[in-house]
Amino acid sequence: MNAIPQIEVRELTVGYGDHVVQRDLNFAVNRGEIFVVMGGNGCGKTTLMRALVGLQPPLAGRVLFAGEDFWGAAEEDRRRLQRRLGILFQGGALWSSLTLAENVALPLAEHTALSAAQIDEIVAFKLALVGLAGFGDFYPAELSGGMKKRAGLARAMALDPEILVIDEPSSGLDPLTARRLDELIVELRDSLGTTVVVVTHDLASILAIGDNSVYLDADTHTMIATGHPQEALRNGAPQVRHFLTRGNAA
Amino acid sequence: MSDAWQLDLRSDDDTLTVVLAGSWRMAGRLPGSDTVATRLAAGVRRVRFDATALTDWDTGLPSFLAGVLKACAARGIAVDSAGLPAGTQQLLTLARAVPAQDLSGRGGRPAGICTQVGMAVLDFVRGVPAMLAFLGEIVQACGRLAAGRARFRARDLWLEIEEVGPRALPIVSVISFLVGLILAYLGADQLKLVGAQIFIADLVAIGMVREIGALMTGIIIAGRTGAAFAAQLGTMQVNEEIDAYRTLGISAIDFLVLPRMLALMVMVPLLTLYAGFIGMAAGLLVAYAIFDIGFFEYYTETLRALELKHFLVGLSKGSVYGAMIAFAGCLRGMQCGRSAAAVGHAATSAVVTAILLITIAASVLTIVYYQLGI
Ligand SMILES: Nc1ncnc2c1ncn2[C@@H]1O[C@H](COP(=O)(O)OP(=O)(O)OP(=O)(O)O)[C@@H](O)[C@H]1O
Ligand SMILES: [Mg+2]
Repeated sequence: MNAIPQIEVRELTVGYGDHVVQRDLNFAVNRGEIFVVMGGNGCGKTTLMRALVGLQPPLAGRVLFAGEDFWGAAEEDRRRLQRRLGILFQGGALWSSLTLAENVALPLAEHTALSAAQIDEIVAFKLALVGLAGFGDFYPAELSGGMKKRAGLARAMALDPEILVIDEPSSGLDPLTARRLDELIVELRDSLGTTVVVVTHDLASILAIGDNSVYLDADTHTMIATGHPQEALRNGAPQVRHFLTRGNAA
Repeated sequence: MSDAWQLDLRSDDDTLTVVLAGSWRMAGRLPGSDTVATRLAAGVRRVRFDATALTDWDTGLPSFLAGVLKACAARGIAVDSAGLPAGTQQLLTLARAVPAQDLSGRGGRPAGICTQVGMAVLDFVRGVPAMLAFLGEIVQACGRLAAGRARFRARDLWLEIEEVGPRALPIVSVISFLVGLILAYLGADQLKLVGAQIFIADLVAIGMVREIGALMTGIIIAGRTGAAFAAQLGTMQVNEEIDAYRTLGISAIDFLVLPRMLALMVMVPLLTLYAGFIGMAAGLLVAYAIFDIGFFEYYTETLRALELKHFLVGLSKGSVYGAMIAFAGCLRGMQCGRSAAAVGHAATSAVVTAILLITIAASVLTIVYYQLGI
């Protein structure tokens, strides 16, 4: 494994104005790891994700990508670092005025020198990967919630990013589709070496794919480092075991 | 079911017994918990409940009880809830399971009118740097466009042009026709006094082409298209679409704002020109039908009055107003918050900002052109 972690978070505090959502976050994500950020509703998972991917400045602390400080960097460098990321938003965030195929094609057209025909092929392949082959001409408004989620993943994967940040991949998906998506994530990691940060509270998926994890506690407003989710389930902190067993473990 | 709620409070040295009877349903205008709270002051140590005569209830009862319990807890009074129906006890326990969050720093008391006015003014002043920053980004994007490096889809531009242009024709026609009519009447009435009615033609032609055509078109398009821009971009903001552009390193300014800006800068002048002609036609109609001025007389007088510079002034104003509308609409859309209410607010605010900017620009341009002798 690489000596420098792919992502490192140091003393990070995130929130809105005076309202601190999470403080003193410290964790590192290694290359090729599937890292799970878990926690209950409203504990700040999405807020943390927005600070990680450069959408919302943290109240304090640093985010480092391969040792490079993101928020301290110049605008130009930040954009370069951001290009390493592929992001799936909680609501999909597909561009509503473009068809699915155009949604996936736009980042490719923007950042590569591929010909239109090549782009079409790549788009068709990515849509097929998420199980949406043949839906290229649909507009986002014509899709179900779960389909939007998968299409969003196809767009996030468009440029083969080094790091994939996914907010709640499986919410709104049926169990089988959710499982296929988990498999896809693991597959991407195995074949392309993609580092994946998954924000989720889906227990099945946490336990199935996570290599490492943190738990964001809504009550104390800070994190508990939990290591491998399976391990956390057996001997983790009480809150974490409580969470991972749907409140069945004391 | 039919009997109304009854509440009886019995004090027995340090114990207050709350006797609940009858039907406690929300349809029956239930009492507030303050009726009990006011009785807690005088030496009460314990509160008990007696619900033996209670016939039926809905969540109105536990809501009332929760208020009572809270008042007791605040005063350190012990509560014996054994007398309550089991169902209400369960609901009360459930409601207590997740304690209220301490969200200090949010909301607070509604401010007085002076404070609100002050805050509004401060908000506006604080908004100016953001406006300037946005203007700067647009100027940069225009630079990229001139250098051929800005990217947006031609289809978007054509869609906007269609939306702004042809589809606005009916409303622009109606309004400029009526304004031309008003102008002609107003002018004719005054000019009749000096027997110079033929100058209606000059008044209407120059007035419509130079000033009013552009102003009316600007205001119509601000209400129609400026608001639409703000609502479109605002909804994209709500759906995190704008964030998606940002994280993928695609400039939302190039992609969303430039086509809209260009569409308005091209179409508003054309609509202005069109409005001018419709206004003149209305003037002709009034002059011919009401004030007995000959058709050709009016026509030649109009031709004599109009010079190229009047058209150029009108067109340049149209273009400036178009830019202002697109600026206001896109600015408010991009600043939109993440809720449906915020989108409505963005649309309203876009129209207000656009009309304000148009009026300022109209005054400045009129004075500048006059000083330059154009
Ligand atoms: N724009 C905002 N302004 C102020 N507070 C916000 C804003 N967005 C979220 N919050 C607050 O931040 C906290 C964390 O929200 P966040 O969306 O990060 O939760 P989450 O962990 O993603 O929850 P979920 O599992 O429901 O998606 C919540 O308490 C919420 O009230
Ligand atoms: Mg979330």
